[in-house]
Amino acid sequence: MLTNETKVNDFVVRFANVNGTGSASANFLFTKAIFRMGIFVTPKNIFPSNIQGLPTWYEVRVSEKGYLGRREGVDLVVAVNPQSFVKDVESVRPGGYFLYDSSKKIHPELIRDDVTYLGIPLTDICSKEYTDPRQRQLFKNIVYVGALSALLDIEFNVLEGLLSDQFKGKEKLIPPNVKALQLGVEFVKQNFTYPLNIRVERRDLLGDQIMIDGNSACGLGAVYAGATVAAWYPITPSTSVVEAFSDYSDEFRTDKETGVRNVAIVQAEDELAAIGMVIGANWNGARSFTATSGPGVSLMNEFLGLAYFAEVPTVLIDVQRTGPSTGMPTRTQQSDVMEAAYASHGDTKHILLFPSTPKECFEMTAEAFDLAEQIQTPVILMTDLDLGMNDHLSMPLEWDDTREYKRGKVLSADELDQIQKFGRYLDVDGDGIPYRSIPGTHPSKGSYFTRGTSRDEYAKYTEDSDDYRKNMDRLIKKWNTSKKLVPTPFVYQQQKQSEYGFIFFGTSTYSAEEAMDMLKEEQIKIDALRLKSFPFNQEVENFIEAHEKVFVIEQNRDGQMRSLLMIELDSNPQKLISVLNYDGMPITAEQIVKQVKKNLTLSSTLNKVI
Amino acid sequence: MTYVRPTFRHPELTKNKLGYSVDYYEGALSTLCAGCGHDSISAAIVQTCFEMNIEPHRIAKLSGIGCSSKTPAYFLSNSHGFNSVHGRMPSVATGANMANRDLIYLGVSGDGDTASIGMGQFVHVVRRNLNMVYIVMNNGCYGLTKGQDSATADAGSKNKSGNVNLFQSIDLASLAIELGAGFVAQSFSGDKSQLIPLIKTAIKHQGFSFINVISPCVTFNNNVGSTKSYDYVRQHIEATATIDFVPMHSEIVAKYDEGTTAHVQMHDGSSLQLNKLSPDWNPQDRLSAMNALQTAKAKGEILTGLLYMDPNSQDLHQMLETNKQPLNTLTKKELCPGADALKNINASLR
Repeated sequence: MLTNETKVNDFVVRFANVNGTGSASANFLFTKAIFRMGIFVTPKNIFPSNIQGLPTWYEVRVSEKGYLGRREGVDLVVAVNPQSFVKDVESVRPGGYFLYDSSKKIHPELIRDDVTYLGIPLTDICSKEYTDPRQRQLFKNIVYVGALSALLDIEFNVLEGLLSDQFKGKEKLIPPNVKALQLGVEFVKQNFTYPLNIRVERRDLLGDQIMIDGNSACGLGAVYAGATVAAWYPITPSTSVVEAFSDYSDEFRTDKETGVRNVAIVQAEDELAAIGMVIGANWNGARSFTATSGPGVSLMNEFLGLAYFAEVPTVLIDVQRTGPSTGMPTRTQQSDVMEAAYASHGDTKHILLFPSTPKECFEMTAEAFDLAEQIQTPVILMTDLDLGMNDHLSMPLEWDDTREYKRGKVLSADELDQIQKFGRYLDVDGDGIPYRSIPGTHPSKGSYFTRGTSRDEYAKYTEDSDDYRKNMDRLIKKWNTSKKLVPTPFVYQQQKQSEYGFIFFGTSTYSAEEAMDMLKEEQIKIDALRLKSFPFNQEVENFIEAHEKVFVIEQNRDGQMRSLLMIELDSNPQKLISVLNYDGMPITAEQIVKQVKKNLTLSSTLNKVI
Repeated sequence: MTYVRPTFRHPELTKNKLGYSVDYYEGALSTLCAGCGHDSISAAIVQTCFEMNIEPHRIAKLSGIGCSSKTPAYFLSNSHGFNSVHGRMPSVATGANMANRDLIYLGVSGDGDTASIGMGQFVHVVRRNLNMVYIVMNNGCYGLTKGQDSATADAGSKNKSGNVNLFQSIDLASLAIELGAGFVAQSFSGDKSQLIPLIKTAIKHQGFSFINVISPCVTFNNNVGSTKSYDYVRQHIEATATIDFVPMHSEIVAKYDEGTTAHVQMHDGSSLQLNKLSPDWNPQDRLSAMNALQTAKAKGEILTGLLYMDPNSQDLHQMLETNKQPLNTLTKKELCPGADALKNINASLR
């Protein structure tokens, strides 16, 4: 089916590059230009677990309506990697475009008659223009961005503005880049009809939104929250969390004259050591965190059990990737839900937070430190590769200067003086949360032996069954207290409008919201709730209770969140329908709509028919 | 094992400069087997802290899992302690130390906890030169699980069941020297006169201080044929030197014969006076220390005392250039960049 209708601000461009050829910054330039033209845009990096040589894709969706999830059907492919030509030609929707480097003739088998081919001799142009081999390679990318600006009607001065921002301080790099852009523009003007029927038009849709990746927002959140000790072990896709924390610490935590730092960042020998350091630092009164991905959480299980049982505040950022085992390390998934919720042997449960935007990455990271210290337990921020490593549009990050760090029940020397007998695990307030003391606080009061073995209320080792059970029951009491402290879900409607409900979380939000609109156009109304935390609060229970069928949308094979809802809320399994994607790519609205439509029969309406 | 410790103390018990008598440094009653070497090491720690006039709350004691790792409950009741998970004490100590550089970190571990499950963390904490004292109570076996050979059991050593260990042992002191530890010593739980000055020096040393203490397991590894039994160790012990720890501003009183004396100046003005028993050994030369260890080993002897010391090594805080003020004392004022800075960050992201 050939579509010739003009699509303004509504298309997908997919760049097919070779890893390690400098395409990332050129592709980002393209995205940022559309962003600066005030149009909703969302890029997704689809990259291999490799440093140089393998195919990598960068998919940009432009959406006037503000849909930021991934969309199937590519309108234009920019193919500069012959290795993936076959796949790239296939990926173009009928009526779409295939822009390629025509320095070499394209194989006749790759010609589809429902696709328009835009051959630009990128290699030849650059070989003629530049002598340095590195420049020849790098500017190829800029030339195609120039060509795209003409083909898609991107304002040239916006691109120039971005280049001058990018090369501030290295101004002599600007003219050659502008030149490369112009080479692309010129070629298009001389050889093609432009602009294409897919194109952009300036709008003012974004207000003061920013563009940032989730991992940077997490790193910055940790700086704002006052984290002073970070321990980590490199693992995709979490590495850039600590890198961002480190960069922002260079800026905000380092004395410009002396180089003295108000932060300690330790690259550990493995994830076990990383979480051990975090526990040691938090025990000793510093705010401390680590970031990892699924395989790291597996390794950290034992320590998470210790932190839960010994009640040491711990902040862990889990940037989820495709499992199990090494899985697809550079693809996204929401498949650590179960692992994180019940990490470690014995009876353990952990607080989880589910951000879905960079703004929430920033805020929830900061909140994680408050919650961890208030509740004296691990708090795991459940983000994912899609949110963490891709740039996202986001509302600006906000910080209230009057906000104080909530350090929880920590006793000062004066307070210790007033206490007859300090009991580390004594439930003084009846909320299950005991008081703790930081080493070195008081010369003769407040010291105790922190341990993973059972102990009584005064932290004294015990194997007494009653003492053990009492402590485990207090931990559940504390868990129940935490339900009132964790963020409440976002409910999309004031009043119930439908017997159908959606429950989703994290990055599934983007496509779930779009799917709701798509269904609405077909007169199918659906209520929705976005989870922000585990344990589930009362609102979640009420929502499930109120709806006849609840679709639980998530990105894993086993419907892990659905299981968690069943286990924790005793929800009727018949009621909870899984809507899933687990191929490593972000879930799309089309996938959701398709799966939902298969299940749109209510027992109540069936009864009526009968 | 005694069940009740008498609470009566002699009213004229000597007090240290802080006004505390030695019992202020004691811990709960030990539940280890009677005669366990570990209890002697605990006693040495108590005596050391008493003599050094240390405020107990300025010490954080950390351990892993095993008989040895239980001991922090048996000394320094007025210090905070952390009995972590098996083989992972070094990471917990690292985090704790990063949070507050002003406390004294005393890590206690065993041969299983350090040389097997915790080998990874041990070698890396040495590499980082964390400012801590790391004591291994080394008995060559797993006591809590009833006497299996550990990785420090010597090849050919016989355990209680008569089984001969077939595997090469891991020499933790050599390893620590190899990896750049700034203070490495070896001792014997039965030799308090040697152990106490070593712990004193270890506490004073800025950087990673390692003491491998042979500490016989009376229940599972004290039999004939074991190279970690009391009898065997006593018969095969050889010392590098006798050692006097001289605190800052004190006068050096020990006098030894010319040529056998060595003197090590420490960063805070304290110093060590050594009466060397092996003339070729130089405590500040890593090669010489390795040589002395290997030579003793070849002779079937256990070399004890100070083995190696670099009083000027850079610890992790110095390498990371962290603030002299402990990080756990910093407040929102010093740590949070504030709303205005965030506005600028937002602007840079448009």
